Amino acid sequence: MRVVAEHVSKKFNRRPIFKDISFTVEPGEVFGITGRNGSGKSTLLRIVGGLLTPTGGTLRYHNDGSEVTHENLHRVMGYVAPYLTLYEEFSAEENIALYARIRGLTHTRRDAQELLERVGLPVDRTDPIRAFSSGMKQRMRLVFAILHKPPLLLLDEPISNLDAQGMNTVYGIVADFRTHGTVIIATNDAEDIAQCDRTISVEAA
Amino acid sequence: MIRQAIAVFYKDLASELRTRYAINALLMFVVVTLAVIMFALAGETMTPGALTGMLWVVMFFAAMSGLSRSFVAEEERGTTMTLQLLAKPMAVYLGKLIFNLVLVMALNLFIIALFLLTMDQFVVHQFGLFWLVMLLGSLGIASATTIIAAIIAKANTKGTLFPVLSFPVLLPLLMAGINATKIAVEDVRWDAAWPDLQLLGSYIVVITTVSFLLFDFVWKD
Repeated sequence: MRVVAEHVSKKFNRRPIFKDISFTVEPGEVFGITGRNGSGKSTLLRIVGGLLTPTGGTLRYHNDGSEVTHENLHRVMGYVAPYLTLYEEFSAEENIALYARIRGLTHTRRDAQELLERVGLPVDRTDPIRAFSSGMKQRMRLVFAILHKPPLLLLDEPISNLDAQGMNTVYGIVADFRTHGTVIIATNDAEDIAQCDRTISVEAA
Repeated sequence: MIRQAIAVFYKDLASELRTRYAINALLMFVVVTLAVIMFALAGETMTPGALTGMLWVVMFFAAMSGLSRSFVAEEERGTTMTLQLLAKPMAVYLGKLIFNLVLVMALNLFIIALFLLTMDQFVVHQFGLFWLVMLLGSLGIASATTIIAAIIAKANTKGTLFPVLSFPVLLPLLMAGINATKIAVEDVRWDAAWPDLQLLGSYIVVITTVSFLLFDFVWKD
């Protein structure tokens, strides 16, 4: 999937966050967004994910030669961030079934268990995910992002709260995406940056 | 979109059945309010018109105490973004509207049943008209409160804002609803209620259309 950002800027209540950011991410590429704390890395990622509207500039998405509209972006994108909260009153399997139903996917219990195994979560836990540790919740966010096999994966501080095994899982998923998708990572972590083919530094306006 | 909306509705229903947040609060509110009315009116003779007004007051405030939950709960749990990543805005709105509609209909049925059981002087003469007004009233309340809940969900003073914003929006519906219910209770002919039924129908169409047009702007940013 190809992502083209042209002259993107963002203000919150007239306070400029960043301005005039342009980049193109090609299919199969792992692209990094870096910058100091408060420079607007996460804000830029949210704009790329269609969760925030930019104050200026445009974003265009192309998948298999056709343009993806902002309305349909949620179908072709997976998003992982520490501030993403899942439905904590449900168990891991119930969450997966819920997301699959809303996305209109046919998903068996076996599929759900395979996904849980892939991110290193126990398949036999039936308690609500509010009882999970912060690292386990981060792994559930990975499940949420890859369940519908999107061609675009947006990762904001993807290894936060994860142990070494969890980090390997994230980097394994990123490596898989190189073959069939595009990854954009907002991070300051050296190991995350090492996974990227290119990076852009966001400067606070 | 319809399939997504139904999935959002089932998600809200499953969440509500598990947490019982709105259901318990609403049932307690209705029981306590009716008990207070019964104590206040002990031995008093009330006209059917006054009792009709009271029925709508209970329905209005019960709706105010529970219907904002559909969007406020997403905001308080921090799951708004999750839902934005999962479904189209229209599907979210429609799913929440269906949930509020089911909730308000169940709630109004419960209120009416308790009202008929406890208020001897409240006798319905035209049941067909009465249930039609209650159905249209529930549709109107659910439609108006769903979009207002979406608007106030991000505010700090959501608890106060919801009834304050809802009252002027619901006022035409309340006036027409009370008038038409009074006609059903006082045994006047059906056609006397026709202007109020037209107003209720038009209100539902206008509010639902405006909500669908507005929701995209409310849901993002």
